[in-house]
Amino acid sequence: MVLARVLGPVVATIKHPAFAGHTLLLCQPIDERGRDVGTDFIAVDHAQAGKGDTVLALREGNSARQALRQKMAPIRSFIAAVVDHVDVEKP
Amino acid sequence: MYLGEVRGTVVATRKIEGIEGKKLLLVQPVNKSRVPVGPVEVAVDTVQAGVGDFVYLVGSREASLALDRWFVPVDSAIVGIVDDVDAGAPAKGH
Repeated sequence: MVLARVLGPVVATIKHPAFAGHTLLLCQPIDERGRDVGTDFIAVDHAQAGKGDTVLALREGNSARQALRQKMAPIRSFIAAVVDHVDVEKP
Repeated sequence: MYLGEVRGTVVATRKIEGIEGKKLLLVQPVNKSRVPVGPVEVAVDTVQAGVGDFVYLVGSREASLALDRWFVPVDSAIVGIVDDVDAGAPAKGH
């Protein structure tokens, strides 16, 4: 799972039926200090996350399908949790 | 799943059975600012996208699940036409 910041919603009226009823959020992967790392990706929201939230995102299809209870969905990434805070111990 | 821009179409008459009758589109993956990321790729279309459309795609195994006939050997599929993206949240400490 990765830490990510929710950039905002992705609106797509014409889409594959498996996405019907789901909220799509554009997420920016971040490091433990909140700095951007790598390229943004799209995830199905499953934790009522909102713009600016720090979240826990999974980018693996089987977990997505199990969590969303959609056996055949072409969904690969979803947001599993909204993170309250991250404690980093100094190495 | 990621954003992309449809740049063209790909026609292949001799191809594996699984992708017969499927539209193949040339897609440039882009990031939140629509800056190209990595090389163009060829994706199967499942939503009647056209050249110039702003789309989102799913890759690897999930791409094959996007097609009705189960397990067609593809690793990139267009699964939505994007109307709008709000990509503006500033970095916020946590």
